[in-house]
Amino acid sequence: MSALGLGLRYRARSFLRSCISTPVNAVLSLGLALALAYWLVSLLEWALVHARWSGPAAACRDAPGACWYFIEQRWPLILYGGYPEGECWRVDVLFGLVLAAGALLLSRRVKYKGRIGVFLILVAPPLTALLLLGGFGGLAYVPTTRWGGLMLTVALGGAALAGSLPVGLALALCRRSDLPVIRGLAVGLIECLRGVPLVPLLFLAMTVLPLLLPPGTDPPPLLRAVGAFILFNGAGMAEVFRGGLQAIPKGQFEAARGLGLSAPKTLALVILPQAIAIVTPGLLNVAVAIVKETTVILIIGLHDFFDEIVAGLADPQWLQGGVGVLNTGYFFAALVYWAVCFGLSRVSARLELAKERRA
Amino acid sequence: MAASSTRRRSGERGRDASASRILTGRRLAAGAAQAAVLAAAAVVVWLAAGNAAANLGRLGVNTGFGFLGRPAGFAISQRLIDYSESSTYLRALEVAVLNTLILAAVSIALATPLGFALGLARRSPNGLLRALATGYVELLRNLPLLLQLFFWYVAVLRPLPSPRASLSLLGAVFLNVRGLILPRPLAAPGFDAVLVGLVLGIALAIAAARWIRRRRALRGDTAAPWLAVLAAVAAPPLLAVAVAGPPIQWELPALQGFNFSGGLVVQPELVAMALALSLYSAAYIAEIVRAGIDAVSRGQVEAARALGLRSRTINAKIVVPQALRVIVPPLGNEYLRLFRNTTLAAAIGYPDLTLIFAGTAVNQTAQAVEVMLIVCGCYLAINLAVSAGINAYNRRIGRSYR
Repeated sequence: MSALGLGLRYRARSFLRSCISTPVNAVLSLGLALALAYWLVSLLEWALVHARWSGPAAACRDAPGACWYFIEQRWPLILYGGYPEGECWRVDVLFGLVLAAGALLLSRRVKYKGRIGVFLILVAPPLTALLLLGGFGGLAYVPTTRWGGLMLTVALGGAALAGSLPVGLALALCRRSDLPVIRGLAVGLIECLRGVPLVPLLFLAMTVLPLLLPPGTDPPPLLRAVGAFILFNGAGMAEVFRGGLQAIPKGQFEAARGLGLSAPKTLALVILPQAIAIVTPGLLNVAVAIVKETTVILIIGLHDFFDEIVAGLADPQWLQGGVGVLNTGYFFAALVYWAVCFGLSRVSARLELAKERRA
Repeated sequence: MAASSTRRRSGERGRDASASRILTGRRLAAGAAQAAVLAAAAVVVWLAAGNAAANLGRLGVNTGFGFLGRPAGFAISQRLIDYSESSTYLRALEVAVLNTLILAAVSIALATPLGFALGLARRSPNGLLRALATGYVELLRNLPLLLQLFFWYVAVLRPLPSPRASLSLLGAVFLNVRGLILPRPLAAPGFDAVLVGLVLGIALAIAAARWIRRRRALRGDTAAPWLAVLAAVAAPPLLAVAVAGPPIQWELPALQGFNFSGGLVVQPELVAMALALSLYSAAYIAEIVRAGIDAVSRGQVEAARALGLRSRTINAKIVVPQALRVIVPPLGNEYLRLFRNTTLAAAIGYPDLTLIFAGTAVNQTAQAVEVMLIVCGCYLAINLAVSAGINAYNRRIGRSYR
């Protein structure tokens, strides 16, 4: 504790010294500090001191602060979208699963993370999808058109992440193959998917995909969006995996062959464990990108977490609330996305640092 | 990552020979596997084509690219070239592509200096400045771009006052709910003369730089040629201005009734897009610049200082050239990302390639396959062209420095 205190004191002192090392620096620091303090105080005043915590909506109009009443009123919609009220426990199972998965994978004490990961990628998503859809064994059927809010964001993000990992690994392996046909197809697919932005891909999934399927099959918009997300991010993951595979020294392949391991065993026991440790920070960065990208689906008319807030802001009842309500909505959405994305980026950076220390 | 792929490919082969055992078996099996994959791909394509033909026939949709010659019939709110509702779809495509490109160009022009400034600030000796730059980067990188875009468009630009109560800068630039109104540059009588002068000046400067460099090599002068080069560039156009008058007249916007007349009106959609894209990309560019500075080892700077070089010379001759070599390839990839992100324009109704073609044109013609082929083809072509440029740069650097 005292060592930590000393370190902190030393860092604080060197920080202060760096701020006033020259007269120019001191003036600059003073200006920046004043601006920062002013901004922080106004933000706190806006978010807490002058904020309104209760209705009615019109009262937010002239309030000089945030209108948390808006979030409170829209809370069920923001969480569950149009999911039937009596069935929301199924969504809570989804949220619980995601929280448990995060806690298990982040904890340093938990063992068998590989097996947990495989379960989360291959087994959990279809089971959760069945639970959320229902329509069997007494569970009421809830079509995907009624999914919305944070639940839709989590479902889409989770499906995109779980789907793009195996797709990305397969594409990366195909790209490293020395069979020209397989390599060529993989390279073509990866470059095309990385060259076309996500929004046109989503439009493609909405307009062209139904034409290419047999007449009568009409997958729901959410499924099409998930497909586009998996392909798009699969190509991104493939490039990350390729970097990891390239980093494995040649001797590892030769040693595995020397031991008489078959090709699948070489891959599963020797190559992948090392490659995955190398690429995890990169994969987490793709995960951050997926979380940010999920917002895009409001363009094709799906109501995710962000869209539920935007739709609430456009509601006539809240429109009269003015800029105060608008800022509250965006501030709240930003807070949630930022917490998730920043957390994931920190984990990624920590793993990257640990990797560099080992090297 | 795509940029470095070609560079590494030659070295990759050797490793592939062993890695390949994973996916090959013996030669015969390999041939059979490849044939099977090709056959499967062909079957998928054949089935999809059959379905498409059946579906399109059932819907009674035209096929082929003939629609490009027909009148589009819809208006586009921002056009850099002549376009009206009676123009063809091909013309609408040109307008849409230009709108996408101008958005990307404006955003890149804004993001680059801001990103470099932030990147330098992250390595500033001043701790507070460093912390603030870090805060900016971590804040903007970890928020969805669409959220930032909506914030600028809905929460900042839309509550702006009406034209009569515009925010104004020096009486020349106005910002209101209708957008940003800038002075419009118009060619004045002196325009051609100054243009000729500029071309002449550049030619003169190139010649002067060559001459100075040769003289320096012969005599060992240390004087930098930049002053002479600057003079050579500036003199002929200045002379032209003196003789023929200024090249550009600025048409100032003026309030008439309820709106502005004159000036260059930038739609609020374009303002919001450019703001969101450039502020977001600047955070990534800052990281690229910081990594570039970090890549120049401290020993280089210390050695240069020990040789007695001035700090300006150290920066100009030692740090910047080496940092730029590290910065340029990822910077190119960041520009490509920015270019791909322009497609978010569809969310706020900026008439870019995605909104006009993947949106409006698909709805009007119902020829989704052809239209989406065009849209994806356009994005892919621009992307691959820039990627090829980055790869070429990488190869050139690889040859001359490593």
